[in-house]
Order: sequence, then C-alpha cells, then structure tokens
Amino acid sequence: MAVETTQNGPATPRGRDFDAEPVVIEASGVTKSFRLPVNKISSLKEQITTFSRPDYRELHALRDVSFDVRRGEFFGIVGRNGSGKSTLLKVLASIYAADGGRVRMAGRLAPFIELGVGFNPELTARENVELNGVMMGLERRQARSRLGAVLEFAELEEFVDMKLKNYSSGMLVRLAFSVMIQSDAEILLIDEVLAVGDAAFQQKCADVFHEMRDGERTVILVTHDMGAVEHYCHRAMLLHDGEVRGMGDPGEVARKYLRLNFESAPSSGEDSLGEVADIVVEDAWLEDGDGERVTNVEKGEELHFCAALEAKRDVDGPTFGFTFANPDGVEVMGFGVPPDDLPERIAAGQRIQIRSKVENRLAPGRYVVRCWIHRNRNISDIVLYSPHILDFVVFGKDEAGVAFFETEVEFELKGREGR
Amino acid sequence: MSAETQAPAQPIELREVRGPSATGGGSKRFFELLWLISATEFKKSFHGTAFGYIWSLVRPLMLFGVLLVVFTRIIRFNVDNYPVLLLFNLVVFSLFQEGTNSAVGSVLAQEGIVRKTQFPRLVIPLSSVIVAVFTLGLNLIAVFVFFLIYGLDPMWTWLLLPLILLPIFILTCAISLLISALNVRFRDVAIIWTVAGTVLMYGTPIIYPLNIIEPSFLKDVLLANPLTLIFEQARHWIIDPEAETALQAAGSWVAMLPAAAIYVLACVLGVWVFKREAPKIAERL
Repeated sequence: MAVETTQNGPATPRGRDFDAEPVVIEASGVTKSFRLPVNKISSLKEQITTFSRPDYRELHALRDVSFDVRRGEFFGIVGRNGSGKSTLLKVLASIYAADGGRVRMAGRLAPFIELGVGFNPELTARENVELNGVMMGLERRQARSRLGAVLEFAELEEFVDMKLKNYSSGMLVRLAFSVMIQSDAEILLIDEVLAVGDAAFQQKCADVFHEMRDGERTVILVTHDMGAVEHYCHRAMLLHDGEVRGMGDPGEVARKYLRLNFESAPSSGEDSLGEVADIVVEDAWLEDGDGERVTNVEKGEELHFCAALEAKRDVDGPTFGFTFANPDGVEVMGFGVPPDDLPERIAAGQRIQIRSKVENRLAPGRYVVRCWIHRNRNISDIVLYSPHILDFVVFGKDEAGVAFFETEVEFELKGREGR
Repeated sequence: MSAETQAPAQPIELREVRGPSATGGGSKRFFELLWLISATEFKKSFHGTAFGYIWSLVRPLMLFGVLLVVFTRIIRFNVDNYPVLLLFNLVVFSLFQEGTNSAVGSVLAQEGIVRKTQFPRLVIPLSSVIVAVFTLGLNLIAVFVFFLIYGLDPMWTWLLLPLILLPIFILTCAISLLISALNVRFRDVAIIWTVAGTVLMYGTPIIYPLNIIEPSFLKDVLLANPLTLIFEQARHWIIDPEAETALQAAGSWVAMLPAAAIYVLACVLGVWVFKREAPKIAERL
C-alpha cells in the first residue's frame, strides 16, 4: 500500500493554522531494528557452549519514518500492536537509540510511556511526586512546587503523607495521571494512558486533553483508540509494519486504520503478519435443544450457539462479541459475553468455551456468524475480527423481514356495510 | 512534509536527539537524580524492618565477632590491636563489597525506569555505590567510637581517612559499572560476582595483616591487588603508626606498579564498557 498523505493542508484541520508555527519535532528517515536471537543466550555458559553463532531474526520495527510536528499540535500516532508506534515513541524519548535517520527537537520533553514510572510503594505520595517529577525531567524545586497542583487534580490532598502501598489502585492511577497532566514540559509524549479511573475522573481527563488540544503544548499521543484520535488530534499518522501508511486528517487516518485492520483480519486465526492471532477460534457450532450438533435449524426452534477458542498469547481485559449476518450482509442480531463473566486476563494456552442460548427469531435464510475479540475492554483495540466463523441455514416458511416477532393482531371492522 | 511549502514559520533551533547514553541530560539533572535515587534506595533498604539501620551494622559486627573468636582463640594471630584492625578493615571493605554486590543487579532491578524514562544510565549503578557510602558513613561512626572505647589514642593521621576511602570508592564505582553493564548481557555475572567477592575478601589483607606472610609468589599475587596496598596504608595511618606503609609492604615503587596498572585498567575498562553498553541497555532488558 502506498503512502497516502492528505493534501488539503496537513496542519489545518479544526480551524487552527499551524503553518505559522515552527517545527518542534522533526524526524527524518528514522529506522530501528531489533536483532532477536532465536534462542536467547543470556548466560556465559550458553555463549561458550553454543559453538555455532546464534541465529538472529531481524525485526524491522521502524523503516524510514519521517514526520514533522509543529508547536502546539496534538499529533496522533496510530497502528496495530507491533506496528512500531511504541518503538517510535521510545526513540523520540531517548529510551532507544535509532539505527538510522535523525530526530531533532526543540523544547523540554516529558515522556509518559507508562503511568507512574518509578513510583515506589514504600514512599508517600509527597516523595513519589517529587521523584517521578525529577525522573520526567523536572528540577527538584519544580517537582516540589507542583505537588499541590498534582494532588488537587487527583483529589488526593488528604492522602499526601500516606504510603503508596496503602493507596487503592484507582487512587494510584489518579495520582499518576495528575503527575503527567501537571508536568510543565513543552512536549508531551503519551502512550495509551487515556481512560483511567472512574467515570468522573475520566471526564476530567477528557477535559484536560481538550485543553491540551487548544493549548500551547505540543502533544504526541500513541493510541489504539480511534475515538480519542478523532476527538483530540489535529493530525495523525498511521504506522503499519514500521512504515508510515498515512498522515493527515485524524478522521481519515482512523478510517484507514480500521480498513487496514479489517482487510488483514484473519478468518482462520492467521493474520496478515503471518503470525497467529492472540486468540484463535478453534471451533464454532450450533446445537439444538437436546444438545445435538446441527447445521440447520427450523424457524423458531431453540438455538444454541457454541464456540471453542484458544489463547495463543496473554490477553488482558478481553471482550467477545458475535453477530449473525444475513446474506445481504445485514447484522440481524448480536450479543456479547456479559461483562461480569469476563476474566481480567486470559493467559496463553487457556481455552475458552462459549455457549449461548439464542431466542431464535431469525427469518429463514442463510446466516453467517462473525466474531469480534477485543482487549483492554476497549472496542477499538481489536485482537481478532473474523467475518465468518460459522454459517447455518434457518428453514421454514418465509415471511417478510429479517426477523419475525410473535405478534398478537386484533382486527376490528367498524361501521355498517351497505349504508 | 508538504507543510514546508506553505506560509513560512519562524523556525526554532532544533537540538539533535541522540538517544540514551550513560550521562545524557546535563550534569544538574544527573546529580539530582543520583542524589534522589540514592536517598530513596537508602531509605527503602530500612523500611519494613523493625530495627532499620541497626541491621546494616549488625552484619559486619556478627562477622567481626565470629572472626575475632576464630583468630584470637582458635588460631592465634600475634598482631597488635587485632580487634580494631579487623573491625576497621571489615567495615571499610564493606563499601567495596556491598557497593558492587548491589550494583551488579541494579540495572535489572530498575528495569521499569530504564525502559520507560529518559534517564542517564550511569545513575543506576552509581546510586548503589552511594547507598553503600551512606551505610559506611554511619558504620564508621560506630567504628571510631569502638576505637576510643578500646583505648586507641586519636592520631592526626585519622584525618587522612578520606585519602583511603576515595580510591576505594573510585574502584568500587568502576567495578560496579563494569559488572552492572555486563550483567544485562549475561545474567550469570551476578552469580559469578558473589564468588569473586569472597575471593577478593580473602585476597585482600582484611582479616590478616600482610606482614605475617613470608615473601613468596602468593605475596606477589596479593600485592598485585590494588586493595592490598590501600588497606596496608590504612593500617599505618589509622590503626598503628608502627605498621608498614604501603610502600614498605611492597618493598619498592616498582613492586607497586602491577597493582597501580590493574587499578587504572579496571577504571578505564569499567567506564569504557558502560559507555559502550549504555545506549542499548533498554533494548536488552
């Protein structure tokens, strides 16, 4: 796929004109690859006793990535897992050294690769805010003077001298997020940290991002969440396999991302990278009311949809969704696994058995079952989209519509015949 | 980018982003981080233990007690002021031992920071050494109190103590850099180092004075250990002015050359290896 760049002024959406602003981040031709040993050697004995040279697999995380960001821009970087976006962020943040190309920057930068880096559970909030601030590039004096603002935003003033180990996870996340928000760096690099805390705090965070969008600071946001990209970003860039596949209007980039995702979406568990998806559907079938496997069901007959899945890798916060689509491609109905039944995490190798009893209101015809699996309880973070895991036929007398409903019809004729 | 062709913007001077390094980020940030992390680690090492600091003193004291019984009751050393010599040596050597022992795994232990923040890498092993310095400072107070109780007369040469500690500190830093960087590549460096540390402890005149050894190949080996000369000089200055100086122990300036060469080599190697490995540390973890 060629690199498509929207030409209608890449920096002008949303009414703000960034052309008059100077470039503050300039990346040109950045490349980065990792040599992954096929058999990782991490002890001297192995090094000595392995006579043949270890085999390496070259992983090109970034290939010739170039972009500019102007002052005040809210710039989104999107891409699937393994597209290189986090690597790019780490190169920008001086955590990794690029193999080739050049990165230049103006202004102080604060990277937020993860919330609460360096937080120490044995220390109090006061000490941690200072420590974290200095790690993020502040001077100690600045870090200390920020304490009030950080705690106020996090609504944790009363707990300033409590050790972090006694904080609830929600409080911890709030504190970490406030530290980030209150950082006075001119450039913020933010990796996937939206949507934290309870609903009220999330709203507060959303407000802050809106403010950031309209403010003076330059923000680079790496995310899977297309909603966030369209909401906050002035401009976005799509990375795929370490290459820039699109740049410009966030809406356009988000659509391109979704298209790319679905195009390469696996139907058999293999995705476009030639790797097995994190979760694969091993089997899907229908059962009738007696528990017998069936491929066809009669209209109105009790219907059980079952699926067996296996996790190939760990997946945090999984959600599962299924839809039945008719031959016109209309998704007649859909359902998901109730949130209360979902585990926090599915570990590699674990199997999942899903059984659902479906009230069969399907109009006669052929149906295809589609399957969606997401991670992090986030519907834009797709683990697997499979457009066809099963098809089946509902037979019976045809009626109008895509579904039928029990209807009680009362018919009354009024007035007198003949007159 | 196409933006270049549009209305001209006042360009700002851009600085090169060169990626991670041993010392990147300016000296002020470096020292602030070093101080803050060392202080945090020092505090942390006593949190959650009932007696806190006492434990860091108990460990050398226990060793001291055991060795004292062994070498004055079982094997009888005929050494003047042996208890004070032993205690002083053990406490000072613990700077080297504890510094390097905690530095060797430090980069791995701070993985979260290394992989998630912009960070001068050098701070991490150095803070381990600084923590050992804090502990040493506290323990030395106890040692000098013991000196006075024991009946050692204060000497003006006690003021030369920093001249003893400084070279040990520098060597500790250099070795810490070397082994902490290598340990990222080869995880068994940490295990090897615990053994090497024990060998070095017996290969340095800590629990015995050098002058009880007859001139021999063994003595030449001991003299090639830079720590040997430092501890010999310490004995002369701090414990017993009658004891040999480092120069007298070695016999001549020439005989001190191997130790000096090893010292310089260790320092150069430590700095060179760490500088070379620093940019790649985050990826290798």
